Amino acid sequence: MTERKPVGQPEPMETAETRSRKSNDKPAKLSREVQARLGQQLRSMYDDVVNQGVPDRFADLLNQINGDNKGEK
Amino acid sequence: MDESVRKAVLGAVPSLRAFAISLCGNVDRADDLVQETLMRALANIDSFQPGTNMSAWLFTILRNHFRSEYRKRRREVEDSDGRYAESLKTQPEQHGQVEFREFREALAQLPSDQREALILVGASGFSYEEAANICGCAVGTIKSRVNRARTRLAELMSIDGVDDFGPDEQTRAVLAGGGQ
Repeated sequence: MTERKPVGQPEPMETAETRSRKSNDKPAKLSREVQARLGQQLRSMYDDVVNQGVPDRFADLLNQINGDNKGEK
Repeated sequence: MDESVRKAVLGAVPSLRAFAISLCGNVDRADDLVQETLMRALANIDSFQPGTNMSAWLFTILRNHFRSEYRKRRREVEDSDGRYAESLKTQPEQHGQVEFREFREALAQLPSDQREALILVGASGFSYEEAANICGCAVGTIKSRVNRARTRLAELMSIDGVDDFGPDEQTRAVLAGGGQ
């Protein structure tokens, strides 16, 4: 959890593999608090839309199709 | 159509819209995308396996449809991400927070595959496995995209650690006379 990488540590020879590993290591730097904060902002943005509920056009669309199906039966 | 299926589809619409807006960055286009998704889903409702996750099924259809449309339009409009950033600027600031605006702008700068992965896992509430199914890639790929997205967001917002974040927020609250 607290894996810190000293800045001055010499890097092994760079290959595609170590490069991708490096980018995977990076997030270890983000603290839980920062992640929580980013997550909160993300959900707040998303939930603004979710809380708008179902616009009429979609409810109408589904009702209409439902009605059509019943009509066929 | 079965009433329970109709309810499940309807119940997924709000989240589907939020995802669509995050892909397009434009509410009108996003709603068209949702409409097209629903039409496709209903036309193929027989291929939905009862008992599986309706939401994930609809998200997959929406994403695939968006991707194929996006590829077509890309020839016409090169700078899609730029347009995304632009469209965000025209949206009202619901929260009136500088930090929130910074967040949206930072999110708009992420590569689209990272933004998509982050939203599916971090906002839509899908597991890594479900997100991988929706995006048609490996679970490890989703994990790495989400990680890179978080790191990049923090970089773009110049957050290096708690010290940069927490106290600054408190300072703002004090300056704003928020008390507490």
